[in-house]
Amino acid sequence: MNIIKLKKGYNLNLKGGISDTSIVNAPMAQTYAIVPDDFNGIVPRLEKKEGDHVAAGEPIYHDKACEAIKVCSPVCGTVKEVRRGERRKIEAIVIEPDGGTETAKISTADVKEALLQSGIWAMLRQRPYDVVPSPDATPRDIFVTCFDSAPLAADWKLFTDGKADLIKKGLAALKSLTSGNVYLGCSASNVIEWDNTVVFEGPHPAGNAGIQAANIKPVNKGEVVWTTDILTVIRIGGLVANGTVDFSTVVAVTGEKASKPQLVKCIIGAPVASVVAGAVDASDANTRIISGNVLTGTHVAATDYIRAPYRQITAIPNIAVEDEFMGWASVSPKKFSIYRSFTSWLFGKGKAASFDAKINGGERAIVMAGEYDRMIPMDIYAEFLLKAIITFDIEKMEQLGIYEVAPEDFALAEYADTSKLELQRIVRDGLNRLRAEMC
Amino acid sequence: MKALRKFLDNIKPAFQPEGKLSKLQSVYDGFESFLFTPNSTSGKTGAQIHDSIDLKRTMIIVVIALIPALLFGMYNVGYQHYLAIGQQTAFFDTFLYGLAAVLPSIVVSYAVGLGIEFTAAQIRGHEINEGFLVSGLLIPLICPINTPLWMIAVATAFAVIFAKEVFGGTGMNIFNVALVTRAVLFFGYPSKMSGDAAFVSTDSVFGLGAGNLVDGYSGATPLGQAATNVGDTLSLTNIVGEPISTLDAFLGLIPGSVGETSTLCILIGAAILLFTGIASWRIMLSVFAGGLVMSSVAYFFATPAFPTSFIAPIDQLCYGGFAFAAVFMATDPVTGARTDLGKFIYGFLIGVFAILIRIYNGGYPEGAMLAVLLMNAFAPTIDYCVVNANIKRRLKRAKAQ
Repeated sequence: MNIIKLKKGYNLNLKGGISDTSIVNAPMAQTYAIVPDDFNGIVPRLEKKEGDHVAAGEPIYHDKACEAIKVCSPVCGTVKEVRRGERRKIEAIVIEPDGGTETAKISTADVKEALLQSGIWAMLRQRPYDVVPSPDATPRDIFVTCFDSAPLAADWKLFTDGKADLIKKGLAALKSLTSGNVYLGCSASNVIEWDNTVVFEGPHPAGNAGIQAANIKPVNKGEVVWTTDILTVIRIGGLVANGTVDFSTVVAVTGEKASKPQLVKCIIGAPVASVVAGAVDASDANTRIISGNVLTGTHVAATDYIRAPYRQITAIPNIAVEDEFMGWASVSPKKFSIYRSFTSWLFGKGKAASFDAKINGGERAIVMAGEYDRMIPMDIYAEFLLKAIITFDIEKMEQLGIYEVAPEDFALAEYADTSKLELQRIVRDGLNRLRAEMC
Repeated sequence: MKALRKFLDNIKPAFQPEGKLSKLQSVYDGFESFLFTPNSTSGKTGAQIHDSIDLKRTMIIVVIALIPALLFGMYNVGYQHYLAIGQQTAFFDTFLYGLAAVLPSIVVSYAVGLGIEFTAAQIRGHEINEGFLVSGLLIPLICPINTPLWMIAVATAFAVIFAKEVFGGTGMNIFNVALVTRAVLFFGYPSKMSGDAAFVSTDSVFGLGAGNLVDGYSGATPLGQAATNVGDTLSLTNIVGEPISTLDAFLGLIPGSVGETSTLCILIGAAILLFTGIASWRIMLSVFAGGLVMSSVAYFFATPAFPTSFIAPIDQLCYGGFAFAAVFMATDPVTGARTDLGKFIYGFLIGVFAILIRIYNGGYPEGAMLAVLLMNAFAPTIDYCVVNANIKRRLKRAKAQ
């Protein structure tokens, strides 16, 4: 078995981690919703309209460019509302469960068909562009991450233990879709046996499938690889075994503002309020609820719905200290920084620190050299790539490895950036523009 | 603090686009964000938490790192002065004289530079950049003490406008602003910038330190003496003719630009910069390595044709602006190389060129400033080559498939 040690990156130690591994069941909620923004690269074309009945696992929309790619309803019920924003963009499709148990039965004779029809396909990602894969291209390899190294993420060992059978079936299904290998990127504490298991040691973002791919076999121009995670593989295994999709998910409710960090079992697309009930005081105006982790997540309201990949909710203070006087001159060790310019290093790396959502400074030109590279364990000159993206120099972007990256790979660098630039947005915009140009 | 916050909130409307003082909005914003960390929070998407570090903090750490060299520089100005007039004074009086002599140039450099910075921010509609906080202190530290204030003002204005703002402000400049200021002075007013009269303040300042020069006084710096040395032995002296040792040079009790004389204080600054990780150890280390290699080679082939080559390698690093350039100038991240490998090359060549110019170019007794400026120009080329290696590797990998 291969072991790859990554040195770059950083493990941020936030307050509010899960200590109790028992799983609480969330009650059935009034409504569930699917947010099309969660499935990058898909332009939704509705298959159901308001008032229509849907079974669990029945498609509610497909991709405008490729009808085969479906996104399905997680529950059985009726389409209550199609929420639209500016220029009639679909923001969410809200489904009201009717208590029925009708579930779409999917033929598993053809794995690819089954994945597309079941909506699981939309949960996979391809590189280049970090979008839902195109069914036309056969991936060179598939990279499956088996751990989440992001701040406060749950230990996936809880979810993979005892699932060896489903994992095997899921991996076999994926293997049939690629001309190359299916690589498993595991942490040392939860090694899952497979033909191509690679153990990753090192700080976040070691658990990102894209980072793992870059260190196993990087993506070259003209190649396509897929990235996914072991939880999706288990879902695929379930589909292959039963012909239905299990839409349940376990969400880690975490963060300093979670009075009781806990694991909550619910259904995909559940309302945030129903998931955090009893653990987070959503009425506190200074609580910032994030669907996802603090690096790549989305700021949501309690009335919103949990967003893909439906695994974590982090509640942190929005502003810890209002109008902080000369915060840049602070010598308080409570002001956390990964740099030794502040005194938080006195506490040592082990101690959990408090974080709020303040940006802590104004946007500036890139001044400090090598800051991004220290946070991204890839053979890429991040700063040069970002500059190529900003100027949209396609040739330079290709040369510098745009096809290997996804916005999430830059999340930690965005946290650490002295110049406070929105790196993930820059990369996302660049990828979208490049895709529009090239495809 | 609440009263101050209230006061700022009260006057804020006047600085908004429709307000009476809207032309000073950038100034207001600058002061407001200086006094109170803005309450702005992360967007809906993207990183939801951000590190406490920002450019203000970074720049202030560099300023702190400069303080030992600054304080010692002030003391040394006084020390050289009283040595020149042959008076024994208390520590405090010595320092006071230096303070009085140096402070005006600091005030002028900050006033001119920040004034331009504020104006540029207002014109562009940007926030005020913190870069000049450091440049404004570097400028008086690398100038001879006798530089007239109006010259500092003119050179600072020229450098900030033509070396920084026309390129887009902090982060966009190609050449180090403080060194451009120094270069403008050096080439614009050479008689005031070098020679025996530039580096020791012999007049009284604000009525302090009146007296006549002692017999045998010479204001030549060690490097100035070396450059004009004849014969194949070299003996360097202080301004009253006593021999100086490596220790004198290391501690900094020799004539020279205000902040550049004390290698010890510069190394304290270096320790701060390296510990906080703000300056690149790669650059700093390789500048010293380059300097050591070049001066060793020159020392080995020492010849009376180039008398400075008789200075021992360690002394070369202590004299002149070498250490200051290595610690504070070469490590400027904006104008230096930005790739890890590039930093080694960049720093090493600065070290080599600084000594090369110093020894083999009779016209310039000191080469550190020119070496850094020269390598500033080549830093993008060095990075280009390093990044190109990465690009080639990527192409090769693609072809191997």
